[in-house]
Amino acid sequence: MGRRIVLGMIGLGAVGVLLGRQAQEAITSTVSATVPGLGSIIPAAGGFRIYTVTGGYPAMDPADYRLDVTGNVTTPLSLTMADLADLPQTSMTKDFQCVTGWRVDDVLWSGVLLSDVLAAAGASTTSSALRFFSFDGAYTESLTMEQALRDDVLVATSMFGEPVTREHGGPVRLYVAPMYGYKSLKWMSGIEVVDEVVPGYWEVRGYDIDAWVGASNGRDDEPIA
Amino acid sequence: MGATTSPSPDARIARFSRAERWVHRSITVLMIVLIATAAALYFPDISVLVGNRPIVSNIHVIAGFVIPIPLILALASRAFRQDAELLNRFTAQDWKWLRSRDRRSGRIPVGKFNAGQKLNAAFSVGSIIIMLATGSIMFFNSWFPDDIRTGATFVHDWLTLAIVAVVVGHTYKALMDAEARTGMRTGHVSARWAAREHGQWAEKQRLGG
Repeated sequence: MGRRIVLGMIGLGAVGVLLGRQAQEAITSTVSATVPGLGSIIPAAGGFRIYTVTGGYPAMDPADYRLDVTGNVTTPLSLTMADLADLPQTSMTKDFQCVTGWRVDDVLWSGVLLSDVLAAAGASTTSSALRFFSFDGAYTESLTMEQALRDDVLVATSMFGEPVTREHGGPVRLYVAPMYGYKSLKWMSGIEVVDEVVPGYWEVRGYDIDAWVGASNGRDDEPIA
Repeated sequence: MGATTSPSPDARIARFSRAERWVHRSITVLMIVLIATAAALYFPDISVLVGNRPIVSNIHVIAGFVIPIPLILALASRAFRQDAELLNRFTAQDWKWLRSRDRRSGRIPVGKFNAGQKLNAAFSVGSIIIMLATGSIMFFNSWFPDDIRTGATFVHDWLTLAIVAVVVGHTYKALMDAEARTGMRTGHVSARWAAREHGQWAEKQRLGG
């Protein structure tokens, strides 16, 4: 009998591995519709899984925070939280899809459109690319200028209606809605306008540079509209 | 002493061999390490508090790959194999015990292991195999398609919750029963405890079985 229980569990486990993706999606959408807060307590119920590329989760006092905008710009900027708050504010409710498979539905993101930050610095729109830097000292990202000017790419200062927390990359992170999560750089401290794309942290480790959800990295997730 | 004399209720009866106690101890330590590191990897607040994610994740992976080793080594022990055989076999008495409302009263005498302990053993072995398999898929993720990876994460995540529930139950039962803990710590239990909790087994021991 004991052996039968073990074999039964292995069978269930195998079915779970094969159908887990569908099951997880069903659980995520049911939970977010019925118990919206649960995902933030139990990540398996549809919450964020917290990653970092360094040993820790860098901390920054919002009072000391600066976002440097440099490179091919007419006015290099070093924006404080107050400066960011003075720029036009944009909010959007959109999903966050990780390239490892999990997705968080309907996250409320707020902050300044990247295009508004670039306009404030007088970025040369004939430059073809941007680099993004993190104050964790290791994480970098890239976008083409065309991608950066989209109206769903945000310099996010708020998630779920609250300031971006430390584990989510606060006080300021990038949110590139149509792309896999690794493009949404955390703990953002610098934007540099450059002439060509320099692959970021994950991109030199094998992930696609143009990371469209559902059309890159060999995945077929539903695109984020 | 005549052959008809019953042993005193305070006599000590051998219950677990040294090999079995070491397996139990090793699995206990590894499970604590696995659950603690899992919590630090999984819950955002604890992750931030602990930091050092690559180290925590390495400890988790190593403990996971190590956990079957004590069980495999223990197969060399005859006492362990015999007990594994007992744990594997569910008797009619076990089903009766499991269904009864007064199963702790000792009214239905059971063997060396009761049905709850048998279920716990089977669940533990099944869980270790599944967690090892799904953990390996997550660790060697580049060898597997994305859907399998996501599926493995799904199973690993949800089975974790079940394992934690069972471990908490197991620990609670142990905390409630000092003599059971003594049995696992020293290898011996009192004849009185054996007669109350494992009547069939106590009887067999008394007759020198």
